[in-house]
Amino acid sequence: MSQATLDLAQPRIADAVPLASAPGYWKAVRQRLLRDPVTIAVTLVLCGIVFISIGAPLVAHADPYVGSVLGRLKPIGTPGHWLGTDETGRDLWARLCYGGRLSLLAGILPVTISLIVGGFLGILAGYVGGLVGTLIMRTMDVFYAFPSILLAIAICGLLGNGLSNSVIALSVVFIPPMVRIADTVTTQARQLDFVEAARASGTTTMQIIRYHVLANVLGSILVYATSLISVSIILSAGLSFLGLGVTPPQPEWGLMLNSLRQAIYVQPYVAALPGVMIFVTSMCFNLVSDGFRSAMDVRLNK
Amino acid sequence: MSDPRDRGGPAQPLLLVEGLRKHFPVRGGLLHRQVATVQAVDEVSFSLGKGETLGIVGESGCGKSTTARLLMRLIEPDAGEVVFDGDAVGDRHGITVNAMRRQMQMVFQDSYSSLNPRMTIAESIAYAPRMHGLSTKEGLARADDLLAQVGLTPRQYARRYPHELSGGQRQRVNIARALALEPRLVILDEAVSALDKSIEAQVLNLLSELKERFNLTYLFISHDLNVVEYVSDRVLVMYLGRVVETGSVDSIYARPRHPYTRALFASKPTLDPDRRTAEMPLTGDPPNPIDPPSGCRFRTRCAFAQPICTGLSPTLSAPLDSADSDGAHLVACHIAEAQQVRHA
Repeated sequence: MSQATLDLAQPRIADAVPLASAPGYWKAVRQRLLRDPVTIAVTLVLCGIVFISIGAPLVAHADPYVGSVLGRLKPIGTPGHWLGTDETGRDLWARLCYGGRLSLLAGILPVTISLIVGGFLGILAGYVGGLVGTLIMRTMDVFYAFPSILLAIAICGLLGNGLSNSVIALSVVFIPPMVRIADTVTTQARQLDFVEAARASGTTTMQIIRYHVLANVLGSILVYATSLISVSIILSAGLSFLGLGVTPPQPEWGLMLNSLRQAIYVQPYVAALPGVMIFVTSMCFNLVSDGFRSAMDVRLNK
Repeated sequence: MSDPRDRGGPAQPLLLVEGLRKHFPVRGGLLHRQVATVQAVDEVSFSLGKGETLGIVGESGCGKSTTARLLMRLIEPDAGEVVFDGDAVGDRHGITVNAMRRQMQMVFQDSYSSLNPRMTIAESIAYAPRMHGLSTKEGLARADDLLAQVGLTPRQYARRYPHELSGGQRQRVNIARALALEPRLVILDEAVSALDKSIEAQVLNLLSELKERFNLTYLFISHDLNVVEYVSDRVLVMYLGRVVETGSVDSIYARPRHPYTRALFASKPTLDPDRRTAEMPLTGDPPNPIDPPSGCRFRTRCAFAQPICTGLSPTLSAPLDSADSDGAHLVACHIAEAQQVRHA
């Protein structure tokens, strides 16, 4: 390779471009996330919520199950109960901390399950297409016929209440939209020339899906999944509120909101606290998903 | 210069295509029934000698790109035989599609969408060799080498992403990627059509250098007659999924026989006053390939159409006055066959 040929083929202007140590794709995404103050702040808040949930025994010294007949519905700022007490005199701070465990679990677990199942089915339907794709997509359409909360209530009603059943119900609710998203982005990615070029290079279908389809599809699916977490928290809180999810006396935000409802004229601020937690957590997940979406868009920021 | 993969010797065509056909079903209605067929490629036959460049020209929608995709088996042909250096592709006694793909690669028109935006260009080039057994390190070394071959300094470009490059640079990367498997035949599907004229010339020069260096054979698909004249040894003119004329560049550009080829050339802008022609330019769009005209498909737009053109489909044959041509000039036209169409 002679230098002369190089000169002929390539204008020298290119040399003025500084040598960029271009990182890998995920590394670049991380760098861009670290430059986004909103996402960082929101992630810190989320970390805080996760920490007080997991480390509930460390941050809340009161027992979330032991109430007191005399100490019912104390206002915020009561000595010993800085967030007050609920309608049976249980410490609200302790119950919020312990309640976060179930609420976060009920928020994240169904989304994870539907991400794996729905993502797999959707990518399969999108890439293989044909009869398999039609079969998968039409089956999903059946689930779309029901409003999501109604479907969750129906499944929960069928299976009986309890956390695991509400997780199953919500997973079933989330699988169809996940399949649809995965199918749509895969169908788009499949038609791109670089997938065709990969096929033309004689590599196997699994290799193409792994190297070319997955990376271009996973971003959209993950972003969508993150935004579903907040929906999942709200829906599972709704199920608990209706008495279909977690059973009392277990602390869970939706359930707490339900039982404190009666105290709304006595202690409105205390009664609103579980709702505030649900709001803040789902808001944070939504903002994180927004941050991820912009960080994963390669064409931005460069 | 002997390639161990060269089995038939220089006289054996590298690619022999016989009766290639693809009709796409058009589905509609409540039950998703087939209501019509798009005759995208119909009975296309040609041969491609070793080291040759065959240009395929025609209007958009005439089946050029479909032909390329059929050859790569990106879509399955309905009928027809493809013989690669003596081996029938996909045949029990021939070579497999995958074995053929390692020797036949393709460069697409859209330089951006044909590169994975999530991969650096070195990763894109190294992908196919790695999947075929090279280690990551060896693959990236080959990518560096190929980048240098197409005129991009590896240090400068290897770790960049496609969106950081210009169209011309990206197309160089695509060419490097196509060469990564050391193919013998490269299909260039409108590979330079989307580039600026100055960049196009650079890339064309690069292509001819690479052809020499790697002993390549090109199938050059383009709608640009000037470019095809510049790069090709032989030309194939397609109209509505069929081959209407084929022959050497000199013979076809000097004396196009088929009325369609002549109309096509008449529409080519020229600055030479002597070459300005009074020939009627083509009017209207090509007919719908869903329901192509019977007989000769060009007859609806042909100024010379006769009753025979409606009933009988013309076959490729040497024109009567083919004394001047090398015997390889074939035309599918009843009129040109029967009498010499007066040359404008």
